[in-house]
Amino acid sequence: MLGLSRNDFLLLLFVLLLVAAAPMFLNPFPEGSEFAQFNAGYPDLMQRFVIFGIFAIGFNILFGLTGYLSFGHAAFLGAGSYAGVWMLKLLTINVIPAIVVSTLVAGVFSLIIGYISLRRSGIYFSILTLAFAQMSFALAASVLTPITGGETGLQTALHDPRILDGAGSVGGNIPAPSLFGLEMRHSWQVNVGDWLWTFNVGYYLSAFVLMIAFYIAIRIFRSPFGMMLKAVKSNNQRLSYTGISPRPYTLAAFVISGMYAGLAGGLMVAMDPLAGAERMQWTASGEVVLMTILGGVGTLIGPVLGAGLIKYFENIFSKINDNLLHQWFAFMPDGLEDFMVTIIHPFVGKGWHLTLGLMFMLVVIFLPGGLIGGLTGLYNRVFRRRSKAR
Amino acid sequence: MELSALLLQVLNGLDKGSAYALIALGLTLIFGTLGVVNFAHGALFMIGAFCAVTLQKILTTSFITLDETKTDFLGKPLKIKTPYVEEWFGQTAGQAIIDWAVPLAILFAIPVMLLIGFIMERGLIKHFYKRPHADQILVTFGLAIVLQEIIKAYFGANQIPVPAPEAFIGSLDFGSLVGFDPGVVIYPYWRVVYFVFAMIIIAAVFAFLQFTTFGMVVRAGMADRETVGLLGINIDKRFTIMFGIAAAVAGLAGVMYTPINPPNYHMGMDFLVISFVVVVVGGMGSLGGAVLAGFILGILESFASMREVIEFIPGINQVVIYLAAIVILLARPRGLLGRKGVMES
Repeated sequence: MLGLSRNDFLLLLFVLLLVAAAPMFLNPFPEGSEFAQFNAGYPDLMQRFVIFGIFAIGFNILFGLTGYLSFGHAAFLGAGSYAGVWMLKLLTINVIPAIVVSTLVAGVFSLIIGYISLRRSGIYFSILTLAFAQMSFALAASVLTPITGGETGLQTALHDPRILDGAGSVGGNIPAPSLFGLEMRHSWQVNVGDWLWTFNVGYYLSAFVLMIAFYIAIRIFRSPFGMMLKAVKSNNQRLSYTGISPRPYTLAAFVISGMYAGLAGGLMVAMDPLAGAERMQWTASGEVVLMTILGGVGTLIGPVLGAGLIKYFENIFSKINDNLLHQWFAFMPDGLEDFMVTIIHPFVGKGWHLTLGLMFMLVVIFLPGGLIGGLTGLYNRVFRRRSKAR
Repeated sequence: MELSALLLQVLNGLDKGSAYALIALGLTLIFGTLGVVNFAHGALFMIGAFCAVTLQKILTTSFITLDETKTDFLGKPLKIKTPYVEEWFGQTAGQAIIDWAVPLAILFAIPVMLLIGFIMERGLIKHFYKRPHADQILVTFGLAIVLQEIIKAYFGANQIPVPAPEAFIGSLDFGSLVGFDPGVVIYPYWRVVYFVFAMIIIAAVFAFLQFTTFGMVVRAGMADRETVGLLGINIDKRFTIMFGIAAAVAGLAGVMYTPINPPNYHMGMDFLVISFVVVVVGGMGSLGGAVLAGFILGILESFASMREVIEFIPGINQVVIYLAAIVILLARPRGLLGRKGVMES
């Protein structure tokens, strides 16, 4: 169906179900209960899950298929963000042009950078992309201030021209990004028993885009073009010997993944019309690498999973503080309670990066294929052992 | 533009170039011997800097005595802090020891950094020889985050000033030594010290590799590890020691850098990215290339920070290193002094 094999179609359906029902199953704990802070079903966080999911899917098309490790993908995300905000400022507060233009701008940007960087491979390629991204970051933060807003960032303002709909919004407030009048930040809240579910417009728009992005990614993975990219990864030299130049294929993959990054950037400003230079910094590029690796490089669903996990930990772990810990361990004797709190304290709150670093090391050490690789291995071990023994 | 201004920029580039060169040297040593891309190397530089902070803290550990003859603003007896070292060695000697905390920290940092290097190599890196470079990058990146966060948990997120010894505060009028007008080309003493120190370390590492039997074996192992192993030499052990030495070099670079720039927990990451660019520009696996590229890029950076240059090309000071890296990598694919077949897949 839809040109997919049965398994892929089921996977697509599974993701669709996951994304559509996310506001419900991400809120497993009743409102007001002790564990309510573990709920992830609020719009801001869910939007981030989905947007970074798109970013990671795109990154995986380059890294997972061709093996070229780019350390500068955040530059495309940043370029897309800036383009998106400019569209919101100049054209219309409707998010469609912003999202489309940010994707295209990132595509052009990645075409230029990719054309130069792909002349080298291995770590030289990584360093070239890193250098370009750091240059973009430094320029965006300093010299390009008229275009990028410098260190304060670029945002929509009251007196933006907005040539398509500017006349209608002379009122006192800065208009919020919307889809034909439906504001992105608008949510419906539904109470079911003790549970509170929030259905947000921005989230569902992002989720819709994610589904399209995911579908395209599946098609790319299964296409002859995708096979070519895998050939680049497994043996670049032999591919050249068969008389095929890998360059056009890798460049196409680079541009596609750059456009995914730009799309993610466009969605980001559609949710919150603010773009800052720090989005381009190499730590942001590193983050998407982490997401992809954590989930599983070269797998379809892995990057989305990794993005979700990292964003979840970032939000939830950083929220836990000492008071909360004391509450949890209140059932223990006092001495033991204090002891437990002291032990856990460095890993949560402001120290959640420590948890991230440790988690990351453990995954790389023990699960080289990421979470998906680990799960597949487990599945094979449990269900296929008997057939192998025979 | 005057000649003296050019000279000043060259001098200004030397201290940053020294730091780049030292870190890049360690990175290249690790890459050349073990074939591992170590993203935690910046963290080692940072830990070295915090060795100096720790030693300063230890030396200034004080006990409090009450001086009944004076009172503070609340009318209570004045509390006087006396560092233990002053109590033990007398006031003059004690103060001198505290004053020289940074140079003393070198002695403190060497065993600490060697130990950290050994633990890191035996405990973690050893298991990653056969894994792809991407995995090595990722696991060491994770380790760098962990090390950073540990330092942050103990020392806080702010910069901690560690002064240079009083004898080195002030500036050298370098211009008047070479015939310019006095006061035109001045250069802080500590930066002179840093440059000389870096040159000594670099010379020591090269001499160690070039003129000792141990170094000869290591170089042989870098060229062909398997054959050296077949000759019955325990090359793994020697490479572990080289990892420790590389860690110590990064640590010492950090120790001596503290008076120039007060350390904080993410200083390592800031240097790491540029150091990687330096290594690649110099050519992966080439020790001389790393040092050369370190100084070239350091000096280039300081030239780009000149007012005249910034007015001519705005923002060039921010990007010149990366720009140079791009140009060099495109013109010379293997970097300045790179060998063939290293890190090309």
